[in-house]
Amino acid sequence: MINKVVQDAAAACQDIPDGATLMLGGFGLCGIPENSIKEILRKGIKDLTCISNNAGVDDFGIGLMLQKRQVKKMISSYVGENAEFERQLLSGELEVELIPQGTLAERIRAGGAGIPAFFTPAGYGTEVGEGKESREFNGKMYLMETWLKADFALVKAWKGDTAGNLIYKGTARNFNPMMATAGTITIAEVEELVPVGELDPNLIHTPGIYVQRIYQGKDYEKRIEQRTTR
Amino acid sequence: MLDKHGIAKRIAKELQDGYYVNLGIGIPTLVANYIPQGIDVVLQSENGLLGMGPFPTEDEVDPDLINAGKQTVTTLPGSSIFSSADSFAMIRGEHVHLTILGAMEVSERGDIANWKIPGKMVKGMGGAMDLVASAKNIIVAMQHTSKDGQSKLLKDCTLPITGLACVKKIVTDLAVLEVTPEGFRLLERAPGVTVEQIAAATQGKLIIEGEIPEINI
Repeated sequence: MINKVVQDAAAACQDIPDGATLMLGGFGLCGIPENSIKEILRKGIKDLTCISNNAGVDDFGIGLMLQKRQVKKMISSYVGENAEFERQLLSGELEVELIPQGTLAERIRAGGAGIPAFFTPAGYGTEVGEGKESREFNGKMYLMETWLKADFALVKAWKGDTAGNLIYKGTARNFNPMMATAGTITIAEVEELVPVGELDPNLIHTPGIYVQRIYQGKDYEKRIEQRTTR
Repeated sequence: MLDKHGIAKRIAKELQDGYYVNLGIGIPTLVANYIPQGIDVVLQSENGLLGMGPFPTEDEVDPDLINAGKQTVTTLPGSSIFSSADSFAMIRGEHVHLTILGAMEVSERGDIANWKIPGKMVKGMGGAMDLVASAKNIIVAMQHTSKDGQSKLLKDCTLPITGLACVKKIVTDLAVLEVTPEGFRLLERAPGVTVEQIAAATQGKLIIEGEIPEINI
């Protein structure tokens, strides 16, 4: 069997070139690939196109890649909570494509599932629909949206096995499962890497077929954006 | 006049037993605090959680369990967790009964603008466009006028649109209104607010028929 296990983030990310298109899992800071992001920062890979629901915060996650001007273009649904992002966007330094969240999720899913386009009602009649084909189905208007794929998908899971099977925890699942399917090379970092056979096949969220490289991450910070208690 | 808690309380009266409900950020989130006795609703959070529980205690805080506002939350017996693609399949597939969200402007046809102020605020639409395009029932929680007194209930929205002809009902600090093909129909007025005050604060077409009762909360 092909060995998918790599030693660490450095080994996993060693061939990500300047100008690559990346997908990065996570919603806010929940379920982001912390180790792979750190490695991209360390290597200083630049001119990246990043597909991610959010853009981190000023001092964590993709926000750090923005600070170092490594990102040429962001494709996201919501980028609040990041002053540097907003500044680069308003000044025109950063190219940004804002996409409705459900459309973003579905375009990624479509990319992984071999569906080049689909119709969704989200964004019809808004600036999101400008220049896009629209069509009526059962009296309602829909926009055609196309698939998204990436050179590298960087995902984070709770547990994974050496065959690349993944299990996510809580709402850290979010965009990770779809992104895992849509990367030419999918790099999974996990909190716990176990030998093949230890995970119950009934409980696998992402089958190993989608994962090309897997490694055990370390030093997870798991920052909380809005710590809210009762 | 109603404060934001009053608006949330009035909207909570629209909930029906067994509803699956998506609550937006801001005043809509407060609705969860006023769910009437005997009514069970299941809250959907679009990042991928159905059956959202209350905020955690200090001991329960889990960074891997947040809502769409990125706040730490808890699960409840019967909760389920899924991907964001599955979450929006639920939304677009019209499985969610009611969506409650905030707005910057609503037009008399039910168009909503709540995601962008050109040149100023560019945070993105998040899930708002998907929600308004598909929800069977949308109630908007908002202030009737801006801080400088300009109406936010308009003939046409001036800000970039989030969705067309989708809002069904609006609860503001001044009134409860229904969006009809003819315009905003005034249903109830906030305590101490007159019909004339509401008319003066509404730029879009306002339909006033018969006696308008005071909001009862």
